[in-house]
Amino acid sequence: MVTEKEVEHIAGLADLGINKDELAEFTHQFNAILDYFDVLDQVQGDTAITHELTNVMREDVIEPSLPQEDVLRNAPAKEDGFIKGPRVM
Amino acid sequence: MAGEIRFEPADRFNAFLTICKTAPHGDGKLAGIPVAVKDNISTAGIETTCASKILKGYIPPYDAHAVTLLKNAGAAIAGKTNMDEFGMGTTTENSAFGPTLNPCDPSRVPGGSSGGSAAAVASGMVRMALGTDTGGSIRCPAAFCGIVGLKPTYGRVSRYGLIAYANSLEQIGPMAKTVSDVSLLMQVIAGYDRHDSTSRDKPFTHTPSADIKGKKVGIPAEYFGEGVDPAVAASVHTAVSKLEELGATTVPCSIPSMKYALAAYYVTCTCEASSNLARFDGVRYGPAPDTKKSWHDAYQEVRREGFGTEVRRRIMLGTFALSSGYYGKYYAKAQIARENVRNDFARLFKEVDVIAGPTMPTVAFKLGEKSDPLSMYLADILTVPANLAGIPAISVPCGIAGGMPVGLQIMGRPFEDETVIDVAYAYEQAVI
Amino acid sequence: MTDDQVVVGLEVHCQLDTKSKLFCGCSTDYRADGPNTHVCPICLGLPGAMPVLNKRAIEFAMKVAKALNCSVLHESEFSRKNYFYPDLDKAYQITQYDKPLAEGGYLEIESDEGGERKIRLTRIHVEEDPGRLVHMGNAERGRYSLVDYNRAGIPLIEIVSEPDMRSPKEARKFLNKLRATLEYLGVFDSDKEGSLRVDANISIKGSERVEVKNISSYKGVEKALTFEVTRQKNLIRRGQRVERETRHFIEGSGITQSSRSKEQEHDYRYFPEPDLRPLQVQSWVDGIVLPELPDARRQRFIDQYGCSLNHARTLTGELKLANFFEKVVAADPKGLSTLAATWIADTLIGELNYRDMGIDTVNPALMTELVTLLKQDRITDKSGVEVLRVILDQIKNKESPETPSAIIVRLSLAKTTGDDTALKAAIKEVLAEQAKAIEDYRAGKNGALNFLVGQVMKKTRGKADPAELNKLLVSMLDTMEA
Repeated sequence: MVTEKEVEHIAGLADLGINKDELAEFTHQFNAILDYFDVLDQVQGDTAITHELTNVMREDVIEPSLPQEDVLRNAPAKEDGFIKGPRVM
Repeated sequence: MAGEIRFEPADRFNAFLTICKTAPHGDGKLAGIPVAVKDNISTAGIETTCASKILKGYIPPYDAHAVTLLKNAGAAIAGKTNMDEFGMGTTTENSAFGPTLNPCDPSRVPGGSSGGSAAAVASGMVRMALGTDTGGSIRCPAAFCGIVGLKPTYGRVSRYGLIAYANSLEQIGPMAKTVSDVSLLMQVIAGYDRHDSTSRDKPFTHTPSADIKGKKVGIPAEYFGEGVDPAVAASVHTAVSKLEELGATTVPCSIPSMKYALAAYYVTCTCEASSNLARFDGVRYGPAPDTKKSWHDAYQEVRREGFGTEVRRRIMLGTFALSSGYYGKYYAKAQIARENVRNDFARLFKEVDVIAGPTMPTVAFKLGEKSDPLSMYLADILTVPANLAGIPAISVPCGIAGGMPVGLQIMGRPFEDETVIDVAYAYEQAVI
Repeated sequence: MTDDQVVVGLEVHCQLDTKSKLFCGCSTDYRADGPNTHVCPICLGLPGAMPVLNKRAIEFAMKVAKALNCSVLHESEFSRKNYFYPDLDKAYQITQYDKPLAEGGYLEIESDEGGERKIRLTRIHVEEDPGRLVHMGNAERGRYSLVDYNRAGIPLIEIVSEPDMRSPKEARKFLNKLRATLEYLGVFDSDKEGSLRVDANISIKGSERVEVKNISSYKGVEKALTFEVTRQKNLIRRGQRVERETRHFIEGSGITQSSRSKEQEHDYRYFPEPDLRPLQVQSWVDGIVLPELPDARRQRFIDQYGCSLNHARTLTGELKLANFFEKVVAADPKGLSTLAATWIADTLIGELNYRDMGIDTVNPALMTELVTLLKQDRITDKSGVEVLRVILDQIKNKESPETPSAIIVRLSLAKTTGDDTALKAAIKEVLAEQAKAIEDYRAGKNGALNFLVGQVMKKTRGKADPAELNKLLVSMLDTMEA
């Protein structure tokens, strides 16, 4: 059982945010789904996926980068070739 | 002969998010054929949104590998099709730009998440389309709309350029009205890509064969259990009989790990999605964050406004399942469950060549019918096992139930997409 | 351990000197270019882009693992470390978590008590560097961030030590030895700005551990840790608790500050990177041929060139320096080594540091010529230093440096041999000028003779041979009329 407070905490971890008016219904649905997931507790065995492919690597060769305009094109805010974003502090 | 086609269909079903009115094309296997591309597959210079507000206006500077291959084969990219936001859904109702309608009955859903691609094909707007399948997202809409859709063996088609939802589960795959066209499209898009570290060197050069004499077809009890609509089950049983008429033998079987399959699927895909979707913050692409706010506050605002409810729900489920203390209970356990599913199939495939059953437990729902998330998830029960195990699976139309198409699902051994295609082809040709 | 024993562990991140980035083909040579010019869909984290591992980065990392005596794991894998920060464009860093490339190992350093100490290592792994963030604006103009993703995706090797170091000085020695080893292996270029970053963990025995993050210079590490030792010891002395926390080092003022307000408690939600495949590279270890490493080269300098332990240590402490020394003495190792070792280790390095110049700005041939002239006793040591300074100043001014021979001629620095007329004349001048000093000398005052020697040296512009000068001066003083 996950509480509304924990749901808010998870939303914070995911930098998602959750509106107060959604919280109750969201929490209820969340718990129903988590209850369903409990069936995994019964899973036996301890070997996880073994991949057939290993050591997938490429040679240390330089390939063309994107032109700066392409890097910046989809960014809503830029300055002097940098991409602009909100402050960190 | 290279050229340009004009593409201006009347899109009554909201199948397309972007229509390329003039589409250039080259020469090759698909010369001049308009192909629709699901909107989670990157197309250089063409808006790619994943049916989400958070990618509205995003123009990729590069093509997905599969798109490059389409272009190399001379196809004309006709447009980008509607979908459930980021692939999360079974009905295409989770699109931020309105649902797609089922051409067979516009009051019903076309299935999801590749509902737009399915509708575009089913309504005759295009001959072929690319979809993606993470937990059934090609096969479900193919079944609901009465067309053919193949989820290839994991690794057979490059995922480079596919905007990731669940990396370990998904594949780009072909959708068309006929098995032959699905097979033709598969020839073009399958094969090794050095940009995808999970890509396998297994090109597809097959033309479908209708000869399935001696093929053993497994019929799993779990695919005809209580959750499956009796009319759907009946349609599929009839189809299976047809396979027997064609010389195949059926073998009753069981997949005990089905019990955990849906939970293993939803844990895996939500965990991977929670990480894949964390990059969407409006800074490098997407809606601009409020730069007067501090980073975390700005991020939260962009993401809360830009993602739909179902997407936010799945991100949170995944974040929770990966969070401190829960990894062992959920993600680790889910991977063990996957290995069990894979082993069950491997065991079965020692006795049989393919496995047959319904694609979906019901026919297409009415729009708005499924509002509870968990009951929506349960609809994927028959499709997720193939994704968990990475095996090829196709849906081919097999009759009608309650006026709506029913899909016959054929699953096969890893890298035996050819056999899966053949069985579907044999059935299709026999009932034309 | 003593009761107030200092305990230090380090996590060192070094950029591996590959041509292309860790997961894409973008060139790693970004420092001279504008922002966001070494970026592609993969390192920009565009939706749909996928990583492909650079083989050379793994080869480099394995060389390091072998050189540091680590055990390479049978199977290792990459994981995602999930957190939000502007310089992390995928909102996760591809790193290695529970299955790193190698574990264990050690590095030997000179301990504070003399002798060698083994600093054990916990693990070595490979990960990608995030981009670079610039903080802009201020309270009035509105603060915001500018991000440059050129650095995003540069391959890093992370080397984690056990808390085996016992002082800030040992931490510096560990870092220097590690840096030198990585240079010798050819996997790291320490001249590149920002190519090495350190997180340090420090505690006083019995108290909580403090982490100081993101120190980007070698000197900075010793400074930061020295500050911490003082700070923590003061707290303990006052009976206060040392808090377990993360701090950051402020390079300019040499202090550390608490990061508490900036950082939330991170839950990184690690899981294996689903777009990459496992590494099974244990079998590569046997085939790796290591070049001569610092310790071996140090011993060879002692054996082959007759260097003292101290000189050998200094000269082999940096790859470029060691190479420089060997080039200088190559023409005549037997004849030049001793003098060259002294002049390079004791004089040249100091003069270079003073001018903020690197050893690679100096043509070894110039040094060879200088050392040869000194060996032939053609100039005094003092003149030698002057010649060196002239050359270095010329190089620093971007002029083509003169040869030592040319400088000696131009500045008349050649030692006067045999003919002491000029010297006698200089002494006579000084004696005429320095009556007081002569009195002091006669009165037995200690500094007087040296003062007079200095005055004569000034007159001869350092050309006089000190021994000869001394003898002559004393004899002339003693035979002077009172």
